[in-house]
Amino acid sequence: MKAFDLTELALRNLRESVLRNSLTTVGISVGVASLVAMLSLGIGLQQLATRRLVKSGLFDTVIVTSRRDLRNFGDDDESNKLSPAESPTLDEPARLKIAQLPSVVEAYPDIRFITSLSYDDKPHLTMVAGIPQSAKANEAFEGLQGSFFTSDEAPEALLQKSFAAELLGKTPKPGTDEAPVAELARPLIGKELVMRYAERMPVPALGASSGSQAAGSNQPAPAEATTYSIRSKEIKLRIVGVTDLDPESMRGALRARVMLPLKLVQGLHVAQPAAMRDTTQAASTTPTYMSLSVRVKDPVKMQPVEDAIKKMGFNTFSMLDATRSLRRFFAVLDMFLGIFGSLALAVASIGIVNTLVMAILERRREIGIMKAIGASDEDVQRLFFAEACVMGAFGGVFGVALGWTIGRVINVATNFYLKRQGLQPEQIWFVPWWLIVTAILFAIVVSLLSGLYPARRAARLDPVQALRYE
Amino acid sequence: MGESLIRAVDGVTLEVRSGDFVALLGTSGSGKSSLLNLIAGLDRPTSGSVEVEGRDLSAMSRQELSKYRLHTVGMVFQSFNLIPSMSVLENVELPLRFAEVDRERREGMAREALERVGLIARVRHRPTELSGGEQQRTALARALINRPKLLLADEPTGNLDSRTGTEIMKLICECNRDLGMTVVMVTHELTLAERYAARLIFLADGKLVGDRTNNAVGPAVSGEGKA
Repeated sequence: MKAFDLTELALRNLRESVLRNSLTTVGISVGVASLVAMLSLGIGLQQLATRRLVKSGLFDTVIVTSRRDLRNFGDDDESNKLSPAESPTLDEPARLKIAQLPSVVEAYPDIRFITSLSYDDKPHLTMVAGIPQSAKANEAFEGLQGSFFTSDEAPEALLQKSFAAELLGKTPKPGTDEAPVAELARPLIGKELVMRYAERMPVPALGASSGSQAAGSNQPAPAEATTYSIRSKEIKLRIVGVTDLDPESMRGALRARVMLPLKLVQGLHVAQPAAMRDTTQAASTTPTYMSLSVRVKDPVKMQPVEDAIKKMGFNTFSMLDATRSLRRFFAVLDMFLGIFGSLALAVASIGIVNTLVMAILERRREIGIMKAIGASDEDVQRLFFAEACVMGAFGGVFGVALGWTIGRVINVATNFYLKRQGLQPEQIWFVPWWLIVTAILFAIVVSLLSGLYPARRAARLDPVQALRYE
Repeated sequence: MGESLIRAVDGVTLEVRSGDFVALLGTSGSGKSSLLNLIAGLDRPTSGSVEVEGRDLSAMSRQELSKYRLHTVGMVFQSFNLIPSMSVLENVELPLRFAEVDRERREGMAREALERVGLIARVRHRPTELSGGEQQRTALARALINRPKLLLADEPTGNLDSRTGTEIMKLICECNRDLGMTVVMVTHELTLAERYAARLIFLADGKLVGDRTNNAVGPAVSGEGKA
């Protein structure tokens, strides 16, 4: 029998006992729906986690350091006796080269130092860091009160909330609740902060020049070929915002309690402790860096970027391994959710077997007639398969729609709950197109498998007995 | 429940010539229907053979048997055996679906067959909306649609009143005479058989007990066919 005729006959037969077949189809729908709902939530949660991780900057950033600087870190034993050619300096040309690697969004130096900031004429010693404009998208600034830097060179500062509390003399006692950020930010935003820092200037002349010993640089550099001077300087900064983040949970520059625009900090030539160790570095006219943060477009591209940077002779560090285990976790989670979803589908498939076996009993005579007038075993078998397939297809389509709706409702309900808890809404549910296609195909395959036994039984029916049966 | 072997048809040797009109007569349980099922390829003999046009049905695969039923045999039953969910036209068309005839050609062929049995007016009706005579006409049209060489009728008038029964018998005779179909008809009515069949075969307890030519009806064309 031709496929079209087969489908037509199957649809006609299904219409004949519409209630029973609809109920069976509903059974499949529920199975598919639970599968789709479970998996869409699993995928949604995974995406949410990935999104958060990408935002955190932990998983799309490679930290690059020079092998010379890391000599004592014991990270890489072989790097101990590297010739200068094999361990190039991490300077501006190197940064530009890294920034031009494929998939690299930006490469910026990590500049951090401890210095003194005065607010209201009271000095406070803390860690200061330069951060790029792109950091604005980081989740660290989600609860930001005030605004981000107006430009990459503006003399502006963002405060971490515990530092803001310190400036206001409101440092919470252990055990007591912290003051809300908004409350801390209100009196501070727009106020002036004076930063005292040590400026490092190369001195072209030969011979040691101790210069003025500044705060924060307690280690005089061993004088060799060239020297540099350290001068104490001051800059006025305007407080533009207070962040609601815990510095202990953050990495790199975000651990600092005061953040300044990166370009501004670069222009200040603040003496950094690590730079003092290497005089050639300290004295050279091109800027050299302690470490670079390299942002990668996509966490998937981390490995090739890391490899490329390693080939250039630098050390790299990333949290890639952590994402790997995270992915493994989600693969397992998806599998479990899928298994629970499939259970419902398995129950539904028993429904199909039942419906089709009933159909054989009911249509015994019809099968006998068809065989008597020339239907082959295959024709009868295919007809039953087609009926199972049609039920599966309908069940699959309705099931996807139902599962989509269930997932959506769960999402809306979750967001309602999050909102009541004072948290930001999140998309915890996602139905990718492949899930839709796979779910429908899966429903059809399960239906066909369920139809296997009934179809064979119908095909084997003895026409003489079937016709005698009334 | 076990099935015990019942010899429904035992030691019957019978040869039917092509184009003949044979009536199988006997009381119920005489084995006449079983013999018809063997000829129709619906059943297989436990021993012996059924040969149609030189081909042994007992040696055929299930697939070949279904092809044989589709193309060589047309069957009419006492209880019509139409599919209730299908219209008259669809019922008649059904064998063409199994024969994978194109859709466009099917309706024309079905209408032609329905015209032959004089039932062209009610093609969209369902079998249950028809009278017994009309149902049997539909069944006959369905049996004729693939232009079989052999028309098998199992008590075709059993559920009909005598007038409609006569009409059906006339149609079957036309098939025999005009289309050259070999007809094997099972009946328990001797008068009916004597009126239409050229050859009468009597069965009792699965055995052949009589075989005579009916001179009242002239024998049709000669040919071969053995059962």
